[in-house]
Amino acid sequence: MTTTTLAVLVPLLPFLGAVAGLLLGRTAPGFVRPLAVLPALAAAVLAVTVAVRQGGGKAIDASTQLTPTGSVPIDLALHIDGFAALVAVLVGVVATCVQLYSTGYLRDDPRYPSYAALVSLFTSAMLLVVYSGDLMVLLVGWEIMGICSYFLVGHYWETPEARAASLKAFLVTKLGDVPFLFGLFALAADAGTFRITGILGAVGSGGLDHPTLIALLLLAGVAGKSAQFPLHTWLPDAMAGPTPVSALIHAATMVAAGVYFVARLLPVFASSAAALTVLAVMAAVTMVGSALAALAQDDIKRVLAYSTIGQLGYMTGALAVGDRGAAVFHLISHGAFKALLFLGAGVIIHAVGTNSLAAMSRMSGLPKRIPDAYWTMTIALFALAAIPPFAGFFSKEAVLVAAEHASLGDTTGVPSGAGWTVLVAGLFTALLTAAYATRLWLLAFRGRGPAAPDHGKQPLVMNGVLWVLAVPSLAFGLAVTYLDDWFDGHALTPTVTTAVLGTGVALVGGLVTYGAWRHTTAMAARPPIGAVAAHPEDSPAVSEAEAIASHTPAYGDIAAAPDPADPGRLLLGPLHRHAAVGFHLDAVYHALFVRPVLAGAELVRFLDREVVETYVRGAGAVPRLLGAGVRRAQTGNVQTYLSALLAGSVVLAIAAVIVAAVGA
Amino acid sequence: MSHLAAAAEQGFLSPTGVEIAFLLVGIATLGAAVVTVTTKQLVHAALWLVVALGGLAVEYLLLTAEFIAWVQVLIYVGSVVVLLLFGLMLTKAPIGRSPDADSGNRWAALTVAVAAAAALVWVVVDAFRTQWIDLDGPAQGSTRVTGEFLFQHWVLPFEALSVLLLAALVGAIVLSRKSDNDKEQR
Amino acid sequence: MHLAYPAVLAALLFCTGLYGVLARRNAILVLMSVELMLNAVNLNLVAFDVWLRDTLHAGQALTLFTIAIAAAEIGIGLSIVLMVYRNRGTSDVDKLRDTAEGRAADDAASALADKAAHEAAQKAEAAA
Repeated sequence: MTTTTLAVLVPLLPFLGAVAGLLLGRTAPGFVRPLAVLPALAAAVLAVTVAVRQGGGKAIDASTQLTPTGSVPIDLALHIDGFAALVAVLVGVVATCVQLYSTGYLRDDPRYPSYAALVSLFTSAMLLVVYSGDLMVLLVGWEIMGICSYFLVGHYWETPEARAASLKAFLVTKLGDVPFLFGLFALAADAGTFRITGILGAVGSGGLDHPTLIALLLLAGVAGKSAQFPLHTWLPDAMAGPTPVSALIHAATMVAAGVYFVARLLPVFASSAAALTVLAVMAAVTMVGSALAALAQDDIKRVLAYSTIGQLGYMTGALAVGDRGAAVFHLISHGAFKALLFLGAGVIIHAVGTNSLAAMSRMSGLPKRIPDAYWTMTIALFALAAIPPFAGFFSKEAVLVAAEHASLGDTTGVPSGAGWTVLVAGLFTALLTAAYATRLWLLAFRGRGPAAPDHGKQPLVMNGVLWVLAVPSLAFGLAVTYLDDWFDGHALTPTVTTAVLGTGVALVGGLVTYGAWRHTTAMAARPPIGAVAAHPEDSPAVSEAEAIASHTPAYGDIAAAPDPADPGRLLLGPLHRHAAVGFHLDAVYHALFVRPVLAGAELVRFLDREVVETYVRGAGAVPRLLGAGVRRAQTGNVQTYLSALLAGSVVLAIAAVIVAAVGA
Repeated sequence: MSHLAAAAEQGFLSPTGVEIAFLLVGIATLGAAVVTVTTKQLVHAALWLVVALGGLAVEYLLLTAEFIAWVQVLIYVGSVVVLLLFGLMLTKAPIGRSPDADSGNRWAALTVAVAAAAALVWVVVDAFRTQWIDLDGPAQGSTRVTGEFLFQHWVLPFEALSVLLLAALVGAIVLSRKSDNDKEQR
Repeated sequence: MHLAYPAVLAALLFCTGLYGVLARRNAILVLMSVELMLNAVNLNLVAFDVWLRDTLHAGQALTLFTIAIAAAEIGIGLSIVLMVYRNRGTSDVDKLRDTAEGRAADDAASALADKAAHEAAQKAEAAA
């Protein structure tokens, strides 16, 4: 088969798997698991094949026109360059891991068939976005991901948190998607085509009339999808979904789509210095803010969610300094270790029966209970904290190197201010990242107190997936020298300056956190606060759903816990209160959008109830009154009727006589 | 023209004997009729109806319609009132005063009746105050005359009427006989 | 004879009958009042026939027909009243309100109650 055919099959197989899963889910439950795992696995294998055949060389372009669409043609087009090939491999691998993990994690879930089908559909949509060479087709995948994330985040729709989170995820991303759509149309209007190659050609020949406007409009959609400030608020709440969904959506697919989109169209953004500056500021605010917020979270998955936002900030920062190779490099390595972190967190939540770090810090012996998760998560946290030689170190260094080049003015077309912003923010975030990674590790695995309750052995498939993902987290960075060809061709290897700086601040962050933990851990002697859910017989998802639902009643807040033993509390000081609630951004949104909308709805309700309905009621009331009057006349007494009849006759007769008399 | 000539020599203030008789009998008839429709005793109402109908028969006589007068006496006084009395008894009408003989519609009825009476009397008097009936000459309603015009000019309606009476007879029997269901129930 | 005398008498008799039709409760009394009205018309017919000296004597002929029709009417009317009485236990016109708007159910119920009471009274009489 040609490479093109294989590439077409990559998004098609999970889609067919999703359709088959939805159709057969009820009638043939035995087929659901193979139908969920095998298409994803096949897609991953095919993606690897495509990547090998593409080999980082010249981009593969193929297109077919389904039907003429007028002045701006829409093609079913493939555009596979090194970025697309590698990201597709990442998506395929992570999706396969998630599907495998889900067979254990949601093994007794009654809604597993639809869940698996939605995950397949989600994977298919992301692969479509990755391979598509036409922006309209890309948009299709983009929107399918939006709706799938709505359904998947709301998987535990029995809990109000999940319902609210799914709505929020959908609405906030849609808030970005509307300007995104306008941006796409403006871009197509300027370039005269939706084809990515055509657009890039138009940019190369200076054919764009409004690059800044287009770039800013597109950035809104990217910020929504990739959870960048100020549209990131949906991501932490989306942790109300099942853990594998968090791993899939928030590590490898949905949030990656925004970064990947900018990487594909980077020349469009690079043609506007203003857009790059905005991107840089956005990235800086996102990464610093989210890292601070991550330090204050109590829910283990929310820590990881804020961490995701921060790492996405690194990627957008790399894009802001014009280096998409670094961005996609970090995207891939982050996809691997963040998926591992999420899946490991799922194991932890199941093992201890709570998602609260405060409760975990009061249990001992967790590493012995779940050694696989312990070791793999340690690897992933090292990768997250960018400690050499783990994957995160190399990719983060690539970003910092790109920022350094830009700040020194070595990169053409990128304002050096953007470079400095990204560099400083990146270094500061590296410190914070190491701090919250250390905090997470210490609180989760180095708790003091009674032994963690034994909830049985973790399913083999879940532990196996962890080890599969641990390999790239550990070793992917070592491939850095081979990646140059796949990306734009310039070196991604770390330089000494940034390596020393980055590793140094990371070590400092980790050590400071360790010191703070040693200081505060004396206060952890109190018995665990909060509830622990234990269902050793049921599938792990049940424990998680209960843990999410019970966090607010137990601690008074979905995100934070009043735990004096938390080193984050000591480190952040007075900032902790604000960081725990995401710097009140939700409150701001509430005041800016929710309340006006509610007030408007109230006004409309009032107008409808009191004003419009009054007219309607009045229109009904008058005939009703008339009817009541006429009813009263219908007494059923024949004599009354006859009296009225004869009285009328008399009146008529008299009138006739009078008229005759007057006339005469 | 002869009426006009007669009118010139007659007047309200010089009533003839026939007129006085008509007036007196008319007052009696009207009084009986009023009592018929107002009395509280149902059987008395039927008996006062006899008086009113008999008075009308006398009025027919005074108008020289002898045959109609006797028919009136025969059919109305003789059969219709008897029928009504039978009806009263078959429906177990209370003997003696019944306070609820009049319905609540009385005042509306009175208003309508008085208004109608006023209008009719006014119109009739206004129209016919100068008209006199010439009662002289051969009687216009003797049995001979009646037989002649009835069987010369009105034979077909007469015969049709006999069919109507037959139909009424059959209908009355069908309506008033007890049905088989009723018999079974008893 | 002055024409006004029979004409006014007929009008007054007619209105008396009219009052009776509208005011009487018992259906048989209503029928009596109808007779009065018919007779008022008869009087008019005879009077005008005599006054006009009609060669065909249409007035008298019609009077005869009216009398015949009245006899038929009273027969049919009485049988209807009898049937109503048999079915409803009453011959009061203002209790037959089945066509009343809204209160029909109540009235039907009360009519049934009346009938039941009536039959109870009948039985008591028979026993006595």
